[in-house]
Amino acid sequence: MLIVHCPVCGAEGDETDFHAAGEAHIRRPATLDPEHISDEQQRDYLFMRRNPKGLHFERWRCDRGCGKWFHAARDTATMEFKAFYLATELPPRELMEQATGEWVTFFKDKLKAAKTK
Amino acid sequence: MTSKPYRLGESFGHAIDRSRRVNFSFDGKQMPGYAGDTLASAVMANGQRVFGRSFKYHRPRGVVGLGSEEMNALVGVGEGSRHEPNLRATQVELHDGLVAVSQNRWPSLSFDIGSINNTLSRFFPGGFYYKTFMWPQKFWMSVYEPFIRRAAGLGKAPDGCDPDTYEHIHAHCDVLVVGGGVAGLAAAEAAAASGARVIICDENPQFGGWADIADGTIDGVAQSEWAQAKVQRLSEAENVHVLSRTTCVGHWQHNSLILFERVADHDPALLARGTPRHRLWKVRARQVILATGSIERPIAFANNDRPGIMLAGAARAFLTRYGVAPGSSGLVFTNNDDAYQTALALKQAGIQVRVVDSRSHVDSQLPTTARKAGIEIMAGSAIAAVESSFGGLDVTGVKVAPYRKGSGRVITETRIECDFIAMSGGFNPALHIWCHTGGKIRFDEALQSFRPDTHHDRIAAVGAANGTLALGGALNEAYAVGEAAGKAALPKSKAARPKVPKALQEVQQALESLWFSPATGKYNEGNKHFIDFQNDVTAADLELAQREGYESVEHTKRYTTFGMATDQGKTSNLNGLGVLAEATGKTIPQIGITTFRPPYTPFSFGSVAGPMTRQLFLPIRRTPIYEWHKSQAAQFEPIGQWRRAYTYPKPAEEKQASIAREILAVRNSVGLLDASTLGKIEIKGPDAAALLDRVYSNMFSTLKIGRCRYGLMMNELGFLIDDGVTVRLGEDHFLMHTTSGGADRVSAWLEEWLQTEWTDYKVFVTPVTEQWAQFAIAGPKARDVLRRLDPDFELSNEAFPHLSMKEGHLGRYPVRVFRISFSGELSYEVAVPANLGRGLWDEILTAGQDFGITVYGTEALHVLRAEKGYIVIGDETDGTVTPVDVGLDGLVSKKKSDFIGKRSLEQSFLKRTDRKQLVGLLTEDPSEVLPDGAYAVQEVKDKPPMEMIGQVTSSYFSPTLQRSIAMALIQSGRARMGETLSFPLDGKVVKAKIVDQVFYDKEGAQLNG
Repeated sequence: MLIVHCPVCGAEGDETDFHAAGEAHIRRPATLDPEHISDEQQRDYLFMRRNPKGLHFERWRCDRGCGKWFHAARDTATMEFKAFYLATELPPRELMEQATGEWVTFFKDKLKAAKTK
Repeated sequence: MTSKPYRLGESFGHAIDRSRRVNFSFDGKQMPGYAGDTLASAVMANGQRVFGRSFKYHRPRGVVGLGSEEMNALVGVGEGSRHEPNLRATQVELHDGLVAVSQNRWPSLSFDIGSINNTLSRFFPGGFYYKTFMWPQKFWMSVYEPFIRRAAGLGKAPDGCDPDTYEHIHAHCDVLVVGGGVAGLAAAEAAAASGARVIICDENPQFGGWADIADGTIDGVAQSEWAQAKVQRLSEAENVHVLSRTTCVGHWQHNSLILFERVADHDPALLARGTPRHRLWKVRARQVILATGSIERPIAFANNDRPGIMLAGAARAFLTRYGVAPGSSGLVFTNNDDAYQTALALKQAGIQVRVVDSRSHVDSQLPTTARKAGIEIMAGSAIAAVESSFGGLDVTGVKVAPYRKGSGRVITETRIECDFIAMSGGFNPALHIWCHTGGKIRFDEALQSFRPDTHHDRIAAVGAANGTLALGGALNEAYAVGEAAGKAALPKSKAARPKVPKALQEVQQALESLWFSPATGKYNEGNKHFIDFQNDVTAADLELAQREGYESVEHTKRYTTFGMATDQGKTSNLNGLGVLAEATGKTIPQIGITTFRPPYTPFSFGSVAGPMTRQLFLPIRRTPIYEWHKSQAAQFEPIGQWRRAYTYPKPAEEKQASIAREILAVRNSVGLLDASTLGKIEIKGPDAAALLDRVYSNMFSTLKIGRCRYGLMMNELGFLIDDGVTVRLGEDHFLMHTTSGGADRVSAWLEEWLQTEWTDYKVFVTPVTEQWAQFAIAGPKARDVLRRLDPDFELSNEAFPHLSMKEGHLGRYPVRVFRISFSGELSYEVAVPANLGRGLWDEILTAGQDFGITVYGTEALHVLRAEKGYIVIGDETDGTVTPVDVGLDGLVSKKKSDFIGKRSLEQSFLKRTDRKQLVGLLTEDPSEVLPDGAYAVQEVKDKPPMEMIGQVTSSYFSPTLQRSIAMALIQSGRARMGETLSFPLDGKVVKAKIVDQVFYDKEGAQLNG
C-alpha cells in the first residue's frame, strides 16, 4: 500500500485514496494536428506504453481529496516515489536526467530546451 | 490408546493454573484440562496423540510443532455459525465448554476409510492430480470433480451467518516490532527509550518466545524472568502499545502491515459482553523491526510422520510449559546442540531418553552435560526406520543405523524401543514477512538456511529472525537496531539509551545439514520420508518431479503441491530445497527458494470484512420519491448504488401483468416515471460549447438556447461509453444528461480531459444529479395532465416543440420542463429542486387521476424504448461497439475536425462492413421470447462448436404489439435484412427474422403529436 502525496491540495494518504492511471506525458496527436495522424501514430498513442524497471513517470488523481490530476515519478523496483508534480508540468530536471530506457529519448529535447533557456 | 499419567508433577507446567480446571470436548469426548492449556497440550495430557488424518494418504497424524508452524493438528473449533475450521491446535487456548473436532477423517480418527490411499500410494505419485484427472474430458464434471471434492478439503464451513462483530483499526507508529521474544522486547525497549511511538505484537498469549525453554541468563536471571519484567515495563510505558494474540500476517509497500488480533477467542465471556471477536490492525510504521524468531526443521527419515514424532523444541515446551509428557520413553534425533536441552529436560522429568546425533563428533558443552546426566548419545547415527502399531497410530520403536554424510545405504541397524521421538534438523529464520515485498535473502552456511540480506523498505530483522541464534549476539543486535529506529523517528531525542544487558549462554557446536536420513532396504522401499506433512509430499515425490523435468523449484512446488498447504511450507520449505539440492548435485542457493506470500498464517474472513457488512457494505442511493415507491409495494432493482422501482404490481397482480399494464397506460393514456436517477451535469463557462464538441460525436456549438440534442459519447478507441440529451440553458451554460449508472464516471471523464488535455479551456463541470428530482410524464394525455397542473404553462406544439426546454413555474413549483422522450410517446420531463420533488409528484398524480395516470417502473421503461429501437448503453453496447455499429452514423459529425474517438473510427478494423451491426429480430413464433445474450449461428449442427455470428442484446414481449421483439448485434446485419437466423438453445432452435429495429411508430407521429 503506497503512500501518495497530492501536489495540488497537499493531501497525503494511502493509494486507495488516489487513482493511478498509467503512463504520463503521452501527447494526444489529434489535439496537435487532427488532419494528419498516421495509423502508427494513433497506435502508439492508444496502445504503446513504456514499462521500465526503475524510474517511471505516471498519472495519478487525488480521488478522495481535491479531485485533481497530477504526475508522479516512481521507482517501479523499490516502489519509492521520487517526486509529485502538476499535470501540466515536466518532472524535476534531475529526474529527467536520471531517466533510463525509452524515457531518455523522450526527455532529450526537453532537457535541451531547458538548457537553452 | 494408553492411559499413562501424561500430566507431570507440579514442578513442570508453569503456563497452566492447576487450581482452575476446565472441561472441553474433542470429537465429542469430554476431557478435562487446565486454564493456560492449549487444545494440543490438553488433548495430549488426556493420553491422545492422533489429531487428524493427512490430506492425501489419510495417515494418522499428531502434533509436531509448538505454535503457528503446526501442520498436522488442524482442528475445527466452535459449533454452528461460530464454527471455525483449520485452526492449529497448538494455538487454540483452552476455555470451559470449548468444542473442537478433528478434520479430514471418515468415519473416525482411529479408523479411516480414506487411508486405503496409503496402501495404494504407489498409484499416488507426485503430480498425481495432473496425471490422473487428465482425460477423458467428459469425466471431469461427473466423476473426477466430485471425487476430488469429497477426498480433499480441510475442515468445513460454518453454518449460518456469523453472529459476532469484528473491528478494523488504522494505526500509525514510529516503530513496529513484530515478535515479542527476547530480541523483540530488547528492540522495543531500545526504540521506546527515545520517546518514539512503538507497537510490539506477538502471536502468542504470553510474550517471551522461546525464553522459557532456552538456556542461558540475562543480567544473571533466567531468560523468561527477564522477558516478563520487560513486558511489564513496556506495557506501562505511555508510548508503547503491547499486543498479544496478534499475528502480523503481511507486509506491504511503504511499511504498511496487517496485524490480526484474536481478541475474544480465548474467552467466551468477552464475546457475550459484545467484545469484537477479532480485530484487524492496519498499521503504517516508519520503521519495522522483525523479531519473528526461527522455525525448527523436521528431519526427513522413514515414516517421520507417525503420531508421537515431534519437533524437539515443541517436546520441550509441552514438558515445561504445560507439564505434559510426550511419552514415557523417548529418543532425540538431532544434527545440532539445541535439541540436547530437550534431552536434559526429559531426563529431569524422569523420562527415559537417548540422543541420536547425525554428527560424528559431539563434544561441546550441552552434549557433555547430557552425557554427565547419564543420557546415552549415539553420535554418527541416524534413524533408518520407525516401527509403529497397526494402522500407524503411534510409535513403538526405531531402527538406528550408522550415518555418514553422503552415504546412501543402511547396512547395520540397532533396534531401540521408544514411544516418541523429538527431532531437530536445525533452525530456519522466519523470513516470511521480510520477503513479502521483495526483501533479498542469502544462504548462510553455518545455519544451513537463508537469512535476510537487503530490503528497499525501512525494515530490519534482529535475533533468530536474522539468523543470530546465540543470546548475546541477538541482544546486542536488537538494542542497536532498536536504538537506530528510535533515533530515525526522533533524531533530536536526548533520552538516555538503555544499557545492553549481559548475556551468559553455552557456546553451541555447529550443526551439520541433514536433509535425508536413509532408510532400511536398498531403495528405501515402502518408506515415506515426509517433507510437507500437510500436503503429504515426500522426498521421493520431489525427486520424481526433478526426473520428470520440473527443474525450477517453482515448478516442483506446483507439480507436487509442496509448500502449498495452509502452513505455506513453514517447516517444509528448506527441507525440500535440501532434498532437491542433493538430488540434482546443486547447492541450495542454486536451487533457489519459492516466493513467500502473505498471509503468514490464515486469518478470518470476519476480520477482513470488519464492520463493513450488511447496511454498511455499500451505500444505497434513494430518490426523493423512494418512500412513495415503497408505500406502493414496488419491486426494486439495483442500478449502480441506486434502488429503482422495477414495477408496481397491484395486490394479487403477476409481475408480467403489472409491467404490461404500465406499458399500455403509457401508449394509450399517460404514465409517470421517477427519472431522478438520471445523471445531470451542469457545464458552464466560455468554452462549454467547445468542450461538448470535443466529447460528443455530434455538434453542440450550433445548438440554440432552449433546445435539446441527443449526443453520443465515445472513448478514444471509438467505442460508445455513454449517451443522453444535453440542453443549452444559455450561451455558456449547458445541462448534460447521462445514463443513471454513468453520471459519476462521465463527470470524472470531463474533468480528466479539462485538467490534462484542454487545460486552457475555461469551463466548470458540476454534477447536480441529486439536486434535482425529475419525472417523465409520457403518453398521449401528457399535455392534458400538465395543463391540469398549471393552465398558464404554454404547451402547444408550436411554442414547445419536441426537443426543447422551458424554465418556469408549474403552479408553485419552480421547474425546468424538457420535451424529450425515451418511450416514443409525447413526453415531458419535469425537473424540480429535489426537496420539492415529493410535493410535485403527489400533485401530478392528483392532476392525472382523471386520465388514469399510471406510475411505471424501469422494466416498462426498457420495453417502451425497445419497441422504439432506442439503444441502452451497456445492453446494446459492450465496450466494443461504435456509433456506426448501432446505426447512428448520422450522429457522427463530418464537419468537426476533432472529437474523442474520431480518428479511431477511421481505422480499417472499425470500417469493415462485416462488423456486428444492430438489427431488430422477430421470432417466427410470436410468443417465443429469445433469452438475452442468445447466440445466432451460421449453421445449426448436432453439437458445438458452431460458428457464431452475433448475439441478442435486448429481448422482450411487447404488450403494445402483442408479440416478442428483440434487438441483436449480427455480423453484416444490415445487409442481411429479411434473412432468418437460427438461435440454438437448450433443447431447441429458435428462428427469427432480421428486421429494422424500430418496431413501433417509425414515423414518430406519437412523439411529435
